[in-house]
Amino acid sequence: MITKIVSKNFDIPNSHKLEVALANGRYSSIDKLFSMTPDEVTAEVTKSGLRGKGGGGAACGPKWELMPKNDPRPAFLIVNGDESEPGTFKDRQIFQYDPHLLIEGIICTCYAINAHHAYIYIRGEYKFFIDRLNEAIKEAYEKKIIGDKIMDKYDFKLDITVHRGGGAYICGEKSALIESLEGKRGHPRLKPAGKECEWFFDNPATVNNVETIASVPNIVENGAEGYTKYGTTKSPGTMLFAISGPVKNPGVYEMAYGNKMIDFLNQIGGGMIDGKKLKAIIPGGSSCPILTADEVQKAVLDYESMWDIGSTLGTGGMIVIDEDTSMVDVAKNLIEFYHHESCGQCTPCREGTGWIDKILNKILKGEGSSEDLNTILDVCNTMNGKTVCVFAPAVKDIISSIVKKFPHEFKTYFKN
Amino acid sequence: MNTFEYTPENEIKFQEYGTKYPKIDSVMLPALWLVQEQIGWISPEAMIYVAEKLGKTPIQVYEVATFYTMFNLKPIGKHHIELCKTLSCMLCGSQKIKDYIKQTIGIEAGQTSEDGLFHLSEVECLGACSGAPMFALNGVYHEKLTTQKVDELITECKK
Repeated sequence: MITKIVSKNFDIPNSHKLEVALANGRYSSIDKLFSMTPDEVTAEVTKSGLRGKGGGGAACGPKWELMPKNDPRPAFLIVNGDESEPGTFKDRQIFQYDPHLLIEGIICTCYAINAHHAYIYIRGEYKFFIDRLNEAIKEAYEKKIIGDKIMDKYDFKLDITVHRGGGAYICGEKSALIESLEGKRGHPRLKPAGKECEWFFDNPATVNNVETIASVPNIVENGAEGYTKYGTTKSPGTMLFAISGPVKNPGVYEMAYGNKMIDFLNQIGGGMIDGKKLKAIIPGGSSCPILTADEVQKAVLDYESMWDIGSTLGTGGMIVIDEDTSMVDVAKNLIEFYHHESCGQCTPCREGTGWIDKILNKILKGEGSSEDLNTILDVCNTMNGKTVCVFAPAVKDIISSIVKKFPHEFKTYFKN
Repeated sequence: MNTFEYTPENEIKFQEYGTKYPKIDSVMLPALWLVQEQIGWISPEAMIYVAEKLGKTPIQVYEVATFYTMFNLKPIGKHHIELCKTLSCMLCGSQKIKDYIKQTIGIEAGQTSEDGLFHLSEVECLGACSGAPMFALNGVYHEKLTTQKVDELITECKK
């Protein structure tokens, strides 16, 4: 089931050091890159069907095509390494075990979108990984892989700067991330009416997830066909899937899209600890509708299949829940997270998360009633689609799915 | 009178950050990180200092410093324990670790021990879910925690 493209070098000792990275194929796409025009690189990535790995799954190539041509302003690449979605811990593997793959991907992407400065925004808690990446960038500058020229021979100037966040989940939302990079609070921006690129101090910018960027060198080197031979027609390639919770082998594993979730759980994740029964899985970080054990049997790990069963693939970070866990506790834990992380800009989200938190508190104290479940669903409805960003709809997705799929568990707390 | 200023080393780092962005505004978070690395928290004096350096008003620095949870707005204990409380850690026993910290050090989330040695924060997902339960101790991740492991780390800090 395992297919290693991005994680190919993860198990090699000292894979983060430039010497080892070079001996194991890093920067081998660069010669081919500069034999192509930037538009050809973008076209190849579009053809590969590469999709954003940060949760949304938007097509990567078409995103690059939104960058304006012949614009006098400088263009920027912003790499989203804010990774804060509960259950998600994949980008840190790239920082830790193959930072040079990320740098190589940044070179490819910057060439394609004609950006000469890339910022990697990393969550503040990832201090170790930030240091690791900065060491790799320093090595790359010293060996003239980046800087005034690429690989000391290609006439393309490129600087890379790591920017440390301050512990705000919302900064994983791309426009909040840019606000933060501009030195402000991480408040998401209103979406434009039509499709356009992002704007960093009014300069054109593209925001891509770390894993997405790390997938680009393979596409440049082996062509779109080298990528589309894995996965499904609509979800081509591979993804770093993660599994956590009470399973025998929690961790991050790269697989092609299209594998069955239950096989991933049992064959790769090692199955449940202590022979416990599976109750549910939250598929891709906590912001996806929950799947019951029966639904898990049917679930297939690609974007379209997950939509078909009423959930989403998200970041591919699965949280496994066993039979002994109360779903009310799960809902309470997650609403505390969302209440804490709501940026406070939009009233439905700021107030809604707190309101649901209070109701769940009441239910846990044994003071709840069926009416409270209706109120939770009502609040979810008020939050959905009425805010600037998708944070509130995500809260609605996870909370209302727990309430609707496990109402009996809430009812055991009701006195009447 | 403002009583905060960067050490010469941090002043050099601050100046370097200034060369890396299209506008000085972007240096806000790096500048605050330098403050916290220097004195352990973001004092009001330091906010005024950063505001002057960035050409901002103090309230603009204040609104950023208070938005990001990693910035300490008051002094905390010498060793900062950030215990992850989110779902994967909860499912794997973070409550047990929290109880054990209370039992051994005598502090709850948000408290500093009387000797000023430890401060406990309960934080949201630290992205170490395969190592649940976990905490960061002075920024360093410690995963798959057991009470024994916690004991060892606490003893190490007390040395």
